[in-house]
Amino acid sequence: MSTPTPIIGGSDRQALAIQGLSVSYLRRGKSLKVLNDVSFSIKPGEAYGLVGESGCGKTTVAMAVMRYLAPNARVDAGHILFQELDLLAASPEQLRKLRGDRMAMVYQDPGSSLNPSLTVGRQITEVYRFHRGFSKPEATEAAATMLETTQISDPARILRRYPHELSGGQQQRVMFAMALATNPDLLVLDEPTTGLDTTVEAEVLDLVSQLRTKFNASILFISHNLGIVARMCERVGVLYAGRLVEEGPSRDLFSHPKHPYTLGLLRCVPRPGMRKNSRPLDSIPGSLPPLGFEAQGCVYAVRCPIARPRCRQEVPPSLPAGDQRNSRCFYHDGVSQIPANTSAAATTSGETHQRTLLHIENLNKSYGGRDYQVAAVTDVSIELGAGEVLGLVGESGSGKSTLAKCIVGLVEISQGKIRFDGANLAEPADWREMDLRRKMQMVFQNPDTALNPSHSVRRILRRAAKLLSKGQTAAEIEGRISSLAAAVRLRPQHLDLRPTALSGGLKQRVAIARAFAGSPALVLCDEPTSALDVSVQAAILNLLADLQASQYVAYLFISHDLGVVSYLADRIAVMYLGQVIEIGPAADVFHPPHHPYTEALLSAMPTVEGSDETERIRLTGPLPNPSNMPSGCRFHTRCPRFLGEVCRLREPPWQQSGEGHLYRCHIPPEELSRIQPGRQAKS
Amino acid sequence: MDLPENAKEGMDGVEDDGVGWESGRRGTKEFFLALLHSKTFVAGAIILVFWIVDAIFWPLIVPQDPEAITPEITLRAPSWAHLFGTDDLGRDVLSRTLAGAASTLTVAPAATCLGVIGGVLVGLFVGYYRGIADDIVMRIVDSLLAFPLIIIAVLVMSILGPSVANVILVIGIVFTPYVARTVRAAVLVEREREYVAAARLLGNSGLYIMFVEILPNISAPIAVEITIRLGYAIFTAATLSFLALGIQQPSPDWGLTISLGRAFLQIAPWEVLFPAAALATLIVAVNLVADGLRQVLEE
Repeated sequence: MSTPTPIIGGSDRQALAIQGLSVSYLRRGKSLKVLNDVSFSIKPGEAYGLVGESGCGKTTVAMAVMRYLAPNARVDAGHILFQELDLLAASPEQLRKLRGDRMAMVYQDPGSSLNPSLTVGRQITEVYRFHRGFSKPEATEAAATMLETTQISDPARILRRYPHELSGGQQQRVMFAMALATNPDLLVLDEPTTGLDTTVEAEVLDLVSQLRTKFNASILFISHNLGIVARMCERVGVLYAGRLVEEGPSRDLFSHPKHPYTLGLLRCVPRPGMRKNSRPLDSIPGSLPPLGFEAQGCVYAVRCPIARPRCRQEVPPSLPAGDQRNSRCFYHDGVSQIPANTSAAATTSGETHQRTLLHIENLNKSYGGRDYQVAAVTDVSIELGAGEVLGLVGESGSGKSTLAKCIVGLVEISQGKIRFDGANLAEPADWREMDLRRKMQMVFQNPDTALNPSHSVRRILRRAAKLLSKGQTAAEIEGRISSLAAAVRLRPQHLDLRPTALSGGLKQRVAIARAFAGSPALVLCDEPTSALDVSVQAAILNLLADLQASQYVAYLFISHDLGVVSYLADRIAVMYLGQVIEIGPAADVFHPPHHPYTEALLSAMPTVEGSDETERIRLTGPLPNPSNMPSGCRFHTRCPRFLGEVCRLREPPWQQSGEGHLYRCHIPPEELSRIQPGRQAKS
Repeated sequence: MDLPENAKEGMDGVEDDGVGWESGRRGTKEFFLALLHSKTFVAGAIILVFWIVDAIFWPLIVPQDPEAITPEITLRAPSWAHLFGTDDLGRDVLSRTLAGAASTLTVAPAATCLGVIGGVLVGLFVGYYRGIADDIVMRIVDSLLAFPLIIIAVLVMSILGPSVANVILVIGIVFTPYVARTVRAAVLVEREREYVAAARLLGNSGLYIMFVEILPNISAPIAVEITIRLGYAIFTAATLSFLALGIQQPSPDWGLTISLGRAFLQIAPWEVLFPAAALATLIVAVNLVADGLRQVLEE
């Protein structure tokens, strides 16, 4: 193991220098190494991105820098130099002065990092009073000024609020205000936008960019999202299983990766324009190593397409790989020659969906009692053809999951009609005919809770096969289990395990197999990949595309990720506050003219290569409260193309632009195509 | 109809080694090992096992017949012949203390079983189906919980009349609402999980979902509840005996012995002291087991 020689003398040039950091956690008597010889440094005023999938040790780095490591964590080796001080050797008194003053952190979930029983004002002023010794009125004034800097409207009012009275975006702004209150030299951002919706995420990221010009803090930006890091950071480090496998300037690194893992990650993210029938997504074979996994050679060797015997025996040191680039790969020169997955695409049996499978008419669902009503779904009318994939896009609270639950019967509908394969679906799931249940199944969002943890995989599949097939013998059912497992590429040895012993991707395969047990005609997929890591997501999407093509099954595919939806969907419906505001063929929806909301969603999507986008469309203001819907067009409170009174007063009509492409807006298509620049021009 | 048989294995990101993942759940073996590492649990278990062995094999261990009356040696202080002394009828207190475990350790577990079965049934049904039944049953449960446990037990016992079977029945009934509330709370969490929705979509019956899907996943809170209830059951049974509403003479039952020996507390405190101490160690042991179990399950 090569530990770089400490460069203590050079720390005046570095805002933060991490040298050979190794951290392990003690768990149930075992020591699990989560960080292994991690070294990098951040220059003053620089934003350094740390990317990696779950369990790679990103947060442990952040916690080690702040010295907030969990009690069962142990630093095995290394130094963290901050302003000539080794943080790992600092006294509690020194740390207390540094934290919140010279260095500050913004956490993933703003809702839980603010104290719910204190007003926001009290929490921000505390920073000024403790670290700056301000008096109470001085601190209040400073807090209001700082909130204004984070572009919160009406700071004086916000100061008197409690955290739960603020939206997620506002909460995160408050967190930034607190972090920046003392003008720190180092700002650690640990997935600051992960729990937020895409449009809010875009706003917060814009804010970070603006704040960077105002405050000269160095930033350690931690994220699993390559697009965000590419946009926000000058330099990037890629973590895999506790090792920093690659490092370099972000643009260069993402365009010319020098480690097979980085390349794999970049290739497996679906982007708008990639379609299931052009070619399958690239995916990284195998799965993330379990926590604390220590390989004899390179940690990535088992999944690496260019691994050679040497990789399995020797740990590759951090090798220079070009200008300011480092890679822990012996053969980093060969990375650019790794061929993309060229296997043939799933062949769809024609794109014709003449027969209507699902017909929804004026579906309404509202919750609440006599005194108040919250509309979750309003007047949704959708048709879905046999063998077709309809993507359903929208932010949280848009009603897309409720719609799916209405269709399968997990939620009772308030008004409207659902016809499926000629039959009227009125009754809840428990009362439906066996035949209907066989034809319609669902894949859930969270594979951890979608499978019963007490049952083995075989038992789960056997129960599904037994219930969804009529009068089969025990032997036939066992045969069915094997063919289902093979179809979702589970190995026979997985069948006798309980779900808790499986990785997230394998669990989702089991859930998919269960949904396909009765040869369904329609499968509702409710964010089936949002809980999975990107490297696993690609494999699951390929599997879904394969099954769809071979079984001629229709999907209602719900996702907040436009890239995922555009890869799989034939048609796309966009929902906002319970209404479908745009519906049409996938390609048309992603190109202007389209609904201003769709435009904003697309613009908010961070992509690795889209960093020099011309114009950004941003939504302003929070999502309206669904118990008090805006009048007229529901989107008018946040619309970037707001016209005036007409939007506020009158409900917009459906406008048609091209065949089967409808959107709900007062602006006619000709006008929209004039004002909307042609983003995502090529497919 | 037929699914593609493993069309392009290896090309498509097969996760071949998802096995051996760090799982949130432990295997049975690991669970028992963790229990053995818990000092609280082990200490409680040792005392509890002692009393269980004693309750079964007391006829082989007792130095004298616990019911043999010897008028010549009444109310003798502890001595080498009678380690715990003798009572007002000249019976050996040590023998009676050892023999007294049997009635307590029959009544309490049986009553606990009854209460847990009743509570699990009620809790599962109202928790899974909710609706108006849930509202009604839970309001009844709340009102029952408003009364001190012992008052209801005394009330019912004086109606039914004292007998071992009635003691079991009464404690079981009184415990049902407590267990039902715990089980219901656990069911409310589980029923929102997606595996329950998936089971409904497959067309499983409500009974299947409750007993096969949900019940195994709430076994942890039920196990803790059982141990806690057992402690209370021992205490309640002893109290009923003490009030002469439970087991009758000449049984060496601890509660009964304490009640009868009370009259001689001033001159022969050992007649009360030893059965009381025995009762205390048993209750403490059960509570230690309950605490240890809860800590390990919540880890």
